[in-house]
Amino acid sequence: MAPPLITFDKVRKTYGEGEARVNALAGVDLVIPAGEFVAIMGPSGSGKSTSMNIIGCLDTPSAGTYAFMGVDAGRLDRDRRAILRNLYIGFVFQGYNLLPRTTAAENVELPLIYRGVAAAERRELAMRALAEVGLTGREHHTPAELSGGQQQRVAIARAIVSRPTLLVADEPTGNLDTARSHEIMELLTRLNRELGLTIVMVTHEADIADYAQRTVHFLDGNVESMALNKEKAG
Amino acid sequence: MIWETVRLALRSVRRNALRSFLTLLGIVIGVAAVIAMLTIGSGTTQKVKSDIAKLGSNLLVVRSGRAGGPSANGNPVRPLNDRDVAALVKHLSGARAIAPASQKQVRVVFGTQNLVAGVTGTTTDYLAARDWKLASGRSFSDSETRSGTGVCLIGETVRQQFFGAGDPEGQMIRVNRTGCKVIGLLEPKGFTGFGQDQDNVVLMPLLAYQRRIAGNRDIESIYVAADETTPTTVLLPRVEGILRDTRRITPDQDDNFSIRDMTQIADAMASATTTMTGMLGAVAGVSLLVGGIGIMNIMLVSVTERTREIGIRLAIGAHEKHILIQFLVEATVLSLLGGIIGVLLGLSLAGIASLTLAIPFAPSPATILLAVGFSALIGMVFGFFPALRGARLDPIDALRHE
Repeated sequence: MAPPLITFDKVRKTYGEGEARVNALAGVDLVIPAGEFVAIMGPSGSGKSTSMNIIGCLDTPSAGTYAFMGVDAGRLDRDRRAILRNLYIGFVFQGYNLLPRTTAAENVELPLIYRGVAAAERRELAMRALAEVGLTGREHHTPAELSGGQQQRVAIARAIVSRPTLLVADEPTGNLDTARSHEIMELLTRLNRELGLTIVMVTHEADIADYAQRTVHFLDGNVESMALNKEKAG
Repeated sequence: MIWETVRLALRSVRRNALRSFLTLLGIVIGVAAVIAMLTIGSGTTQKVKSDIAKLGSNLLVVRSGRAGGPSANGNPVRPLNDRDVAALVKHLSGARAIAPASQKQVRVVFGTQNLVAGVTGTTTDYLAARDWKLASGRSFSDSETRSGTGVCLIGETVRQQFFGAGDPEGQMIRVNRTGCKVIGLLEPKGFTGFGQDQDNVVLMPLLAYQRRIAGNRDIESIYVAADETTPTTVLLPRVEGILRDTRRITPDQDDNFSIRDMTQIADAMASATTTMTGMLGAVAGVSLLVGGIGIMNIMLVSVTERTREIGIRLAIGAHEKHILIQFLVEATVLSLLGGIIGVLLGLSLAGIASLTLAIPFAPSPATILLAVGFSALIGMVFGFFPALRGARLDPIDALRHE
């Protein structure tokens, strides 16, 4: 049997020293199988952002093991984690984080540049990804010329252009109105279903979390509860 | 990949056009100063060399009186005379030409026009000694030299002043109230490095000059030109020995004449200008360094400003080295651009200077390459620290940066 995509084994994360020492994660156990859409919720300071950074291989645990695709990602150096992110992980942020004054197509191409993909193929893949998020015809617009919802679609296209295994989304609807938020969530749900993309999403809105198959609640550096969303699961 | 990076860097330079320009300015001014200084300097060196070559190459000039003032041991100053010249002609080997000469600024008149020209009494050998050719006509004949006939050769300036487009040959001009028939026209030599017009001259036989203008038989100087196989450094002691003999100078006495080696003077002056050029170039080089610090400053600003961009790039898979190279290339492109603009500006400045100062325009490809290469190097060196700072950023912190 293939190992689960994400395995947390007693993961701890501490910041600071001595008096100022903070336990962001206090020994978390968590398993996320490939293909699942998981929402992470919790108040600020509960450890949800820290776990998401570790899941996205941006950060490493202070103690315990984080296995990504069976690889002990917590022990890899910066550049190796960069390779892992480049090949298997896509990121979507609350603030879109597109490069300013750079066209949508160029933004989407960015991960492919660091993969060494040739220009023509890059352009082709970027066009495909933009089509998948419904932005055909906006390829040459810069972020300033796009609405918030469209910018987030560009960010999603950038995240999926290299066909990653995992999509990490940090409050992807945080800057959007309700209608736009639901459009983005429907897009993510469709990508999860059609591409078999595993999605880990941090949110603090319950109706957004409802799009996921499972919701994990964090509190004080621990997993407080997990709930399967009955309509979505299975 | 590297081409991508260069394109990216160019775009970022363009995006902040004003800031890039101001940053470039330091490098532009530095490189322009270096290029202008070195180009003007080497032009000046060439000019000095050619000016002195105009006096005649491999030339010794003998004058009466000790170099640097009157003799220390009471040896009186005695003018040079015909005997000294005769002794040199008779005994000196290795000389191509030996010419006595005396010179004075004298009013020269033709018709209703007049000008003050340098009138020199000498022999035909004077032309050989000074590598001076005739544009037309002939030089003095032996009998004219011997008898001191009133004939003369005129320089280009005198010709223009008196005869315009007309033919000067055979015309009578008046030098110091005595008539003188023009028999030849000297080739133009232009100005010396000290701004003296070498073409405002009249040459006449020495004897004619002595009788009509000087009123004595003194000789001011003797020009001795070395032949092709004899260096002036070998010829000089021979001349000195012969003159000490004929002037009866005892071994305990200093020379009562001086011998100047024009080749050595030329070398000394050329090396002085070269040293000067080098020093000015070094000073200009310092401003290049200051320009480099400007680049470092602006790259630090750029890295801080684009912290989020760095975070995005790191998150989606850029390695440290990608970020490092990106900012290094940007700094290098910036300073290289400044270097190229600086070279163009410096060459224009040197061009203008060579027109106004009448010196040759002598751009050196080596200097230009060096300046451009050096400016690129400055970009790399001063861009390295900011680039490293960017590359070492933590992606999580960088993404959170506002």
